[in-house]
Amino acid sequence: MAFSEGNLADHLGALSYSEEQIELMDVATNFCRDRSPIDKVRKLIEDEHGYDPAVWQEIVDLGWLGIAVPEAQGGVGLSMAEVAPIAEQMGRRLLATPFATCTIAAQALLAAGDEAQCAEWLPRIVAGEVATLALTEPHGDWDLGHVEATAKASGDGYVLSGTKQFVVYAQHAALVIASVTVEGAVRLALIERSAIPDSALRREIIIDETKRSYELTLDGITIPASALLDAGRSGTALTQIELASALLQAAEMCGGTQSAIDYTIEYLKTRKQFGKLIGEYQALKHPITNAYVGYEKARSHMLSAAHNFGQQGVGEIAVRMAKASADKAYSFAADRAVQFHGGFGFTHDCDAGLYRRSAIWHASQYGDAAWHRAKLADLLF
Amino acid sequence: MSSRPTPAELADYEAQADAWFRENTPKDPGFMLPLTFMEVSTDQQFDFLCAWQRKVYEAGYLGASWPVEYGGGGLHPDFQRIATKVMKKYDGPIMLNAIGIGWAGPLIMDIGSEEEKKKYIKGMLNAEDIWCQGFSEPENGSDLGNAQLKAVRDGDEYVLNGSKIWTSLGDRAKYMILLARTSNEGPNKYAGLSFFLSPMHAPGIETRRIKKLTGEYGFVQCFFTDARIPAECLMGNEGDGWQIAMKTLEYERGAKVNLAGGYFLKELDAMGVVELARQSQRGGKPLLDDPVMKDRMVDFMMDIQALNLNNQRRRMGPLVQDRPMGLALMNKLARTEMIRELTEFSLSFQGTRGGYYVDDPCAVDNGYWHRSYLNSFSATIGGGTSEIQRNIIAEHVLGLPKGR
Repeated sequence: MAFSEGNLADHLGALSYSEEQIELMDVATNFCRDRSPIDKVRKLIEDEHGYDPAVWQEIVDLGWLGIAVPEAQGGVGLSMAEVAPIAEQMGRRLLATPFATCTIAAQALLAAGDEAQCAEWLPRIVAGEVATLALTEPHGDWDLGHVEATAKASGDGYVLSGTKQFVVYAQHAALVIASVTVEGAVRLALIERSAIPDSALRREIIIDETKRSYELTLDGITIPASALLDAGRSGTALTQIELASALLQAAEMCGGTQSAIDYTIEYLKTRKQFGKLIGEYQALKHPITNAYVGYEKARSHMLSAAHNFGQQGVGEIAVRMAKASADKAYSFAADRAVQFHGGFGFTHDCDAGLYRRSAIWHASQYGDAAWHRAKLADLLF
Repeated sequence: MSSRPTPAELADYEAQADAWFRENTPKDPGFMLPLTFMEVSTDQQFDFLCAWQRKVYEAGYLGASWPVEYGGGGLHPDFQRIATKVMKKYDGPIMLNAIGIGWAGPLIMDIGSEEEKKKYIKGMLNAEDIWCQGFSEPENGSDLGNAQLKAVRDGDEYVLNGSKIWTSLGDRAKYMILLARTSNEGPNKYAGLSFFLSPMHAPGIETRRIKKLTGEYGFVQCFFTDARIPAECLMGNEGDGWQIAMKTLEYERGAKVNLAGGYFLKELDAMGVVELARQSQRGGKPLLDDPVMKDRMVDFMMDIQALNLNNQRRRMGPLVQDRPMGLALMNKLARTEMIRELTEFSLSFQGTRGGYYVDDPCAVDNGYWHRSYLNSFSATIGGGTSEIQRNIIAEHVLGLPKGR
């Protein structure tokens, strides 16, 4: 027998929260509501830049980019637990910014960067320079260790080749962290935006129109040897990236689920058919209640993942449960949101579609529910 | 209420409770113990559970936070929470007198008269007085407001006529919390209802055992034929019945807490399900090697952990600020449905052996899983069906309009 009830319980975290987390949750709730009303979200969809630089500057000034960065590197010295409630509110209001990619890039640097690399980049990220990740490849595998792009030694540095996809906000990034193989081993490389010709970036058409994403052709881009992160820690760094991404996504998705449900409830309370408010019909009441129950479960998992994030083993299980349950909850809530709006739900004008597309996007990045459940099976059984 | 205990006092208490439950929690009695108070079927089970509840009470780990003058321990509620936690840790049998100590007791403590508290509380705690609940009627299951059992005042007595059904422990109870109709006047069906703390042993009250889906006996139908009970059995005033019944349901559904302690439903042993899957065979290999089964199992583990986390979170104000009552109101629905689905899933592990039932020598775990699945409906139907629970959440948490 692999485990008894006692030792399985040891792998499942308990719930708690910090005062800082609650303070940030309150600030973020008001900030995101005020800065990202839905008409603004829709206006930004048409905007080439994709997010509001003034709002980004406010976020930088609030210190949110440095929350999980140590004080020595210009950060606040808290943890991912305190970042999660901010991501949740951003997801709730569909507030577009490179907040998540910057946070994850910082985590990657902390996991595998040397002193010089951290000293150079972390303060710049905290100060609002955009950083992003280039990990995904055309093969579409969620396994971050499945890397075909290469870096070959050439003179003092390395010359890169291969294609990376879903490099979010690459156009505005000062730093792109890409995974490459160096003599067969996966490494992370710091690529400065100045080394990337415009022609190497192609804007992708992605399912979530509130975000901006690019394909990056690495062929011929060169980096100095000092731009490679520690070889021995690349596995740890990829795990850290995957888990940090999953946590932030779970948080964003919980926020999105909440909005999809609230948006639908408003409709069920005002729309009449056959002389009745449609919210009186159990055929609509029960599934929206199921969506709500799913949301609260996902949110409990997410808060647990935030709280347990730094704990070896327990953190990974909590985070994977959080992403898997957020995927399930968001997909269902947003799917029913479209259906319950009837003909209007099928139009681009209905916000239900924004949530449905956002849920599909999140499922496509860093693993959907089934992927994380498969990982959990290995961890649990 | 006594003042808030220090962490050191609580730690001391926990150590005492831990030692007591480690020493006294009964081992396998040699017969199947009920997972819920609704499943008590045989005298053997009943006597065993009565004795256990009395023992826990006498040791001070039940009713620890209720006032001494009514039979409680007079301690701060934090002590009772610890005692219950330790009881669960040692996987003790359930508390039999659930309706007494879980619902009627807190109700009486909240709104009962001094006489009622003196008369009823101690007997509930020591399991001398078993309680049952007369809410459902043959024609009105989840539609409690439509209750038709008549209570007509006649001098110092009420005369009862009608029938109640699905009454757990109805054949063994001394008292019933009873919802009855004292009037057909009034602006709506709710206004004519009254609430009684009624004796069960009065002339004119008869019970008939009902055989369950599982093949066992677990509840009764009660018949009231010109049964006379003292007028002081009325709780509150005539016409207060609906409000009092709703208050009772808040305890029953776990939305409100002023508990004597203990627990009434045994959490399903999820690890037992995993173990069952590990020992089951498909194509000569452990079932747990099958990725489809593994995936479903992980889904259940996630669900169990979510409910566990929900339970922790419902008491954390800042983490439930958007809809403070949401987690409390969904508790019953989510837990009972999960148990039904998980026990159903466990049947699929057994291959051909899934065809056996309780007491066949070849049945897996003596039919425990089949019985648990069939019994699981008692919780998804009793206390308001899952469908009614969804209406309640939709209306009271999400603010959707009531259907007409």
